[in-house]
Amino acid sequence: MSFVQNFPFFSIILAMFSGIVSSVLSGKKARNLSLIMIGVTTVLSAVTLAFCLGTGESYTYMMGHFPAPWGNEIRAGVLEGVTAVLFGVVMFLSVAGGMTHTAEDVDENKLNLFYIMIDLMLSSLLALVYTNDLFTAYVFVEINTIAGCGLIMIRQKGRSMTAAIRYMIMSQLGSGLFLIGLSILYDVTGHLLMSPAKESVELLTASGNYRLPMLVIMAVISVGLAIKSGLYPFHYWIPDTYGYATPTGSAVLSGLVSKGYIFLLIKVFYRVIGYENLVSAQMINVLYLFGVVGMVMGSVHAIQETDTRRMIAYSSVAQIGYIYMGIGLGTTAGMVAAVFHIFSHSATKALLFISAVGLYEVSGDRKDFVSLRGAAYRNPLAGIGFAVGALSMVGFPMLAGFISKLLFATSALESSHKMLPTLFVLAVSTTLNAIYFLRLVITLYSRRREGDAPIPENTVTRSTRGLKFAIICFIGLNLVLGMASQSIVQAITDGLAMFD
Amino acid sequence: MSRKRDNYETSRWKKFRSWVDGETDPLEHGMEAHVAVPRKEGMFDSPDHEKAVREELARLYGDSDKTAILRARGIRYFQRFYKIMSVVLCLGIILVLLWTVASLPVTGVASNPDNNEVAARYIERGLQETGAVNIVTGMILDYRAFDTFGESCVLFIGSCCVLVLLRLDGNSKNENIRKMIAESNDRHFEPKNDIILQKCACVLVPIIMIFGIYIVLNGHLSPGGGFSGGAVLGSGLILYLNAFGYEKMGKMFTEKLYRRTTLCALTFYCLAKSYSFFTGANHLESGIPLGTPGAILSSGLILPLNICVGLVVACTMYAFYTLFRKGGM
Repeated sequence: MSFVQNFPFFSIILAMFSGIVSSVLSGKKARNLSLIMIGVTTVLSAVTLAFCLGTGESYTYMMGHFPAPWGNEIRAGVLEGVTAVLFGVVMFLSVAGGMTHTAEDVDENKLNLFYIMIDLMLSSLLALVYTNDLFTAYVFVEINTIAGCGLIMIRQKGRSMTAAIRYMIMSQLGSGLFLIGLSILYDVTGHLLMSPAKESVELLTASGNYRLPMLVIMAVISVGLAIKSGLYPFHYWIPDTYGYATPTGSAVLSGLVSKGYIFLLIKVFYRVIGYENLVSAQMINVLYLFGVVGMVMGSVHAIQETDTRRMIAYSSVAQIGYIYMGIGLGTTAGMVAAVFHIFSHSATKALLFISAVGLYEVSGDRKDFVSLRGAAYRNPLAGIGFAVGALSMVGFPMLAGFISKLLFATSALESSHKMLPTLFVLAVSTTLNAIYFLRLVITLYSRRREGDAPIPENTVTRSTRGLKFAIICFIGLNLVLGMASQSIVQAITDGLAMFD
Repeated sequence: MSRKRDNYETSRWKKFRSWVDGETDPLEHGMEAHVAVPRKEGMFDSPDHEKAVREELARLYGDSDKTAILRARGIRYFQRFYKIMSVVLCLGIILVLLWTVASLPVTGVASNPDNNEVAARYIERGLQETGAVNIVTGMILDYRAFDTFGESCVLFIGSCCVLVLLRLDGNSKNENIRKMIAESNDRHFEPKNDIILQKCACVLVPIIMIFGIYIVLNGHLSPGGGFSGGAVLGSGLILYLNAFGYEKMGKMFTEKLYRRTTLCALTFYCLAKSYSFFTGANHLESGIPLGTPGAILSSGLILPLNICVGLVVACTMYAFYTLFRKGGM
């Protein structure tokens, strides 16, 4: 066994350990530790990815002295590696970009608690990506939920308490449903580890026993994780949560947390329930329908918003709809498109939230359209960042969003029943995206008029270096996802093939 | 020309332009109505409250009396509809889940799917492999120790969240927080030297503490372990605090001690288990002796891990109590 294979385990433990140590550090030291830790884990994930690409196969890693199915196990493959690297990069840039605002928004004595949340959040995301055991997944879903709640309420200003309570209730509902699903699954299969559970499920499907429990398991797990990731009818918590958290909190919650749950759902679909069973149970059609409705309704809500941060939040609802639509297409190409959209959306949405902060700070911290008029001239880099993010969302060539829309459209051509509705909804949703995003971009690049409220005098005129660095790197990440998409799509396809 | 301008002022293009500029708000008339009428005790759904809501709506929308009544009625109908639908939905979910439970395997039958090789090995070889007489402890702290480490991190992050919510910092410059500290200082109201409580506590606290320590230390031999023993220890601390007040408690247990204990316990857990995971995964000998089963010093890492979990649980319980009571230790 090569030493590199230890790296997924190292990265999870390292993130947890720095969370524990941060409890006695000052806010600033906790921040530095957090940044170093995120950098190191990202490098470790990248090495793991290179190793998996080199060997061309996935491997399982025994957590302790007992082999599966008796002990815990984690698993690393190409898809896990790519996801872990991307999550690490987005996390690093979100923390670096929002750190001055975090220090302003959070009480000085509680700053280290914020970074404990960030550390444990990263560890739980990595564990959700690497896990090969359903109960481990549940434990880290719990950590993720509590850390998310902490990230929202630590701001203790405005409506962030309401937002945190909403998030907590909805998220706990999702966790509860997921747990019910796991309990029933354990009852009918006798396994919590993914591979033996899948073998039992295959035997059960072949023999036709326990058909109703299997159906309920699929429904309950899908709905539970859909609530937690904010699929359309369960999206009610999203605008408040993303709108009132700290900038780093919003970027992390929208870019990573919901994506972690979707990744877990895809893993459960492929590695436990079996994608064929979902197709035969019509489950994917339900997800497809919700996804399609979400694509349109999320955009409609976004058009109605005047608070730009809530507008970006509603746009997340639409983009989560895209991902579920891809999962629901029922083809491998659709799944590849969905996974690619997970990546492109987490890079783009984090860029939007972070560069929006640069625009708010030069407009006296106001977030409505009129106050933001001309903000792109006052903070050119943030303006460019926001424009790039908006164009990527709309689907401008060379950027990440274009590739995911292209992948969705080509994968829709493969499925005869869903081709027309998919293409139609893609067109409608893209138009609606363009309406609200370009409206904001136009506002940002129009000159201030007479009669506009004056900008408060103590407003900052320049962003900090961390923010500038984060915006530039995010733009680069978007360009990489958009221009080097061939190899990434290839890696996703290989990774999905390894899931079976 | 003037006519053209008139047309422009009312044209759709002009409306669209002003919307793009963010001057008009499509939400202005409609969507969510935030009716900020304080609800007093017993005023819920009473005619008084309804009237207050109506007045508030009239003020918000500039409505005439009649439309305001209609609007208030609409909201009331919606609320009623919402309540009925939520009950129907819950009943539906309960029905489906009960139906599912009815078709699950019956508990306690030998041929059930969960009576498989996993449970068999835990029962047959658990003692030999983990050295713990209590199989449950062997399972949670050796076979599936990674999950349990996750669970103790859940406790840790839970207490961090409560700290975020409730801790009031004495050195804070913020006026509001200082005021809140002054208000929450309930030490003046503490019953000083309540003789009955103190005498009872004198008898009970040592017994509770010794019993808690016993449960933690014997976690690998008899029912119990870190989680349950820690809860007993925590309740002993809370009883002592209630009987003798913060001043005496402060001599023994401060926030500093709390932080250090939690840090040391979790750090030890993390390092010890990392070592064990690393050696296990790389097929190395861990070199930790399992000892004689049944002896107090046996079963390798389980005993120290139980102590760590017990300390974390006890500290967390005590911290929750003090934070909820006065926002600090």
